[in-house]
Amino acid sequence: MSLMRITSPHAHGPSRTSRVMQQVLLATLPGVIVLTHFFGFGTLVNIFWAGILAVAFEALALKLRKRPLGFYLGDYSALVTAVLLGIALPPYSPWWLIAVGIASAILLAKHLYGGLGYNPFNPAMVGYVVLLISFPVQMTSWAPPRGAGELPGLIDALQACFLPASFDGVTMATPLDLLKQNDSLLMEDLWQANPQFGRWGGLGWEWASIAFLAGGLWLLYQRVFTWHAPLSMLATLTLMAALFYDGGSSASGGSPLFHLLSGATMFGAFFIVTDPVSSAVSVRGRLIYGALIGLLVYLIRIFGNYPDAVAFAVLIMNLAAPFIDQYTQPRTYGHARQGGDR
Amino acid sequence: MSDVSYRELSLNGLWKNNPAIVQLLGLCPLLAVTGSVVNAIGLGIATTLVLVTSNTCVSIIRNIVSDAVRLPAFVMIIASAVTCIELLMQAFAYELYQILGIFLPLITTNCVILGRAEAFACKNSLLPSVYDGLIMGAGFGAVLVLLGGLRELAGTGALFADMDLLFGPAAASWKLVVFEDYQSFLLAILPPGAFIFTGLMIAVKNIIDARIQARLDAMKDKPVKGSKRVRVTGTIS
Repeated sequence: MSLMRITSPHAHGPSRTSRVMQQVLLATLPGVIVLTHFFGFGTLVNIFWAGILAVAFEALALKLRKRPLGFYLGDYSALVTAVLLGIALPPYSPWWLIAVGIASAILLAKHLYGGLGYNPFNPAMVGYVVLLISFPVQMTSWAPPRGAGELPGLIDALQACFLPASFDGVTMATPLDLLKQNDSLLMEDLWQANPQFGRWGGLGWEWASIAFLAGGLWLLYQRVFTWHAPLSMLATLTLMAALFYDGGSSASGGSPLFHLLSGATMFGAFFIVTDPVSSAVSVRGRLIYGALIGLLVYLIRIFGNYPDAVAFAVLIMNLAAPFIDQYTQPRTYGHARQGGDR
Repeated sequence: MSDVSYRELSLNGLWKNNPAIVQLLGLCPLLAVTGSVVNAIGLGIATTLVLVTSNTCVSIIRNIVSDAVRLPAFVMIIASAVTCIELLMQAFAYELYQILGIFLPLITTNCVILGRAEAFACKNSLLPSVYDGLIMGAGFGAVLVLLGGLRELAGTGALFADMDLLFGPAAASWKLVVFEDYQSFLLAILPPGAFIFTGLMIAVKNIIDARIQARLDAMKDKPVKGSKRVRVTGTIS
């Protein structure tokens, strides 16, 4: 990915894949720290184990495909997939769950299609959806956040991952889950009856979302991606929530702020929607792409069967990205518009 | 065409021109009912019976029916055959009949059957046609069973569950638990699993074919020792 600056001077530091990927890894750090603070070491163990597996599977796939190992492993893309999936998975997931997810992400979604740059779908999200469809019980059980339950220690977290049979964890429904299940309450009652709710969104999730937002803004400042897709996704989601929310009942689907700070909204907007490979590439295309993801996230969250929707929405729009690009091709400078006279 | 080679027919039906993974015909039942081995065997047997019956009838009437009305005639034959098979399954394997449900009558629209009637049976005499139906059905059934086995194993960690639906009460104990304490992997049993596993099977077949081709090429192109290269001086050692 090398983006030319248009104004002079024309000398620029070329941005290499590995550099972009390192920046993305760095930008997830605040979110990971907040998640670890609220949910214990589960997320860190997830990321650690997913990272080892991702590099191993990547090496295996490269070897089978007779590609140079050092070159492709050095671009950190497998590690980014692992970190994104590790964050998305519930903390204290068993080792085999993460292994199936990473195998689907790296082997199925990435290398079967030809490796980095050729994958039509975001690998981390494919891994997530494979797991969500296959193992709904494990995938919808989140650990209670700090303040709503006791946090397991590091040893417990390792035990939960590698010796899942002997781990006796406590799990809770996520705020989005609760909102879906209770459609005849006032929001205030829902808030009072369940300790998982925080000030605006889910306890813990709201701060993790803000941390991911901060990481995303830093990436934006570093010009790793442009503002179009994330902003249009967040704006559409806000608009949808504002349209449907009646100010108090849980049947109307939560306030805009609740949707922005719950589930994977911020994480998705800045780390998944901005994937340079599987998203739309033209400026107008990215606006449409982001807006439709925001729309789908709201529709699936409120009217669908699954509590959170970012993964499904992103995969559906991945499928549509080439189509969007086809119709939003920018005009080449000096050439007439197709069918037009200017 | 009396010079039909049965060896060629077998190779075509089972491997080179396999209806399921080369011609990609009959994908609807292939993807829909291969969630377990017993379903796959049931549908494989049903399809094979229909294929043999329809090929037989089509071959018998091939010189009587005029070209203009041959397709309606074939479809009538196939539909009658399917109805017979469906009634038979209803009588002797009722539970399986219920599980396979709509996919039994849908055999009528399975392209394999009309394809073989049109491409083979209406141009060949009785015996080769019967054999073609049998071997094409076997090729289709083999893929069904393999796919059913893979998906059942990946999905539930066991093999040959519920075989009593097809083979009577004695077969109830055939269930083979391969992985103890297995978390069921729903994706393999759901439709996406069928697509993924079918794709992988086609890929494996293509790899094997490429290997065979490479070996054949290597054998063919071996130059004779001492022969001269074209437009190149010197001899091959």
